[in-house]
Amino acid sequence: MEIKVVKDILDANEQIAARNRQLLDSNKVFAVNLMSSPGAGKTSLILETIKRLKGKTKVGVIEGDVSSSLDAEVVAKEGVPVVQINTGGGCHLDANMTSAALSNVPLKDIRLLLIENVGNLICPAEFDLGEHRKVLISSIPEGDDKPFKYPLMFHEADAVLINKIDLLPYLKFDAKAFSQIIKGMNQKVKIIQVSCVTGQGIEEWVSWLLTQMG
Amino acid sequence: MHELAITQSMLNLVLEQAEKAGAKEVGKINLVIGEMTGVVSDCVQFYFDFISRGTIAEGAALAIKTVPTQARCRGCNKNFELKEFDWTCPYCQGNNMEIVAGKELFVESIEVE
Repeated sequence: MEIKVVKDILDANEQIAARNRQLLDSNKVFAVNLMSSPGAGKTSLILETIKRLKGKTKVGVIEGDVSSSLDAEVVAKEGVPVVQINTGGGCHLDANMTSAALSNVPLKDIRLLLIENVGNLICPAEFDLGEHRKVLISSIPEGDDKPFKYPLMFHEADAVLINKIDLLPYLKFDAKAFSQIIKGMNQKVKIIQVSCVTGQGIEEWVSWLLTQMG
Repeated sequence: MHELAITQSMLNLVLEQAEKAGAKEVGKINLVIGEMTGVVSDCVQFYFDFISRGTIAEGAALAIKTVPTQARCRGCNKNFELKEFDWTCPYCQGNNMEIVAGKELFVESIEVE
């Protein structure tokens, strides 16, 4: 006997993600899922963002890592609430892990939740966590061919931050072509060139973030 | 490596549907996987063989239909298959496009006894 199913494999994840989003909304918390390959600068960007937002809005952080709490310890020094998720080998965060972490985040005390996903350009694109915006950090040492290699990630992003832009004079990276490729397949995307070392573009990024929060 | 999580979700979905139908055994699972998802069919098969052990889906055949990534050119409105490293419209050479297929990831049907 054949049974018609036609159901999305990630349906269960999406249902939990929808519940996470409801919980965030009811607490008036805006959540951003930060994704990138390992070493692109997610933690550095989080630190810069927290510094710039001091006095403007209250930030909380969820740190997703395969193992260790190194990033969480660094972020906690900035005096913001941090919850660590260790995926224990898993290559991405999913809605269920996020849900468990959310119960430890003081949602009443924050307005913005930055979720640092596991460093990986493939899997995180598939899993909705319940966030309001997806932000992709692509650093220029990774090369300008990344949109071709990881199209889904670039297609799903609300913003792409081109990080380590201060290294541009030393690397072969065509920033214009890179932006054009992304814009071609993702019209809504906001692209900002940033450097966590020189501070270039951070102001623009933070003001984009505040506008999105409404 | 997301194939493990995806295969687990797929198996849960299949078992839920099979149990609802009062099935004793799942013989075949028809899956649709878009190329853009980056899900590797061989990996799905590998994980499936492992995690379906001891369930009514053990030994079920996986029939995977792969959907190529299709784009629609916003310039000339024509559809074309998106080739690796070549994201220009073959009709008008434009590079402004919309993805219309390739993101599928679902269980189409199951065959049970």
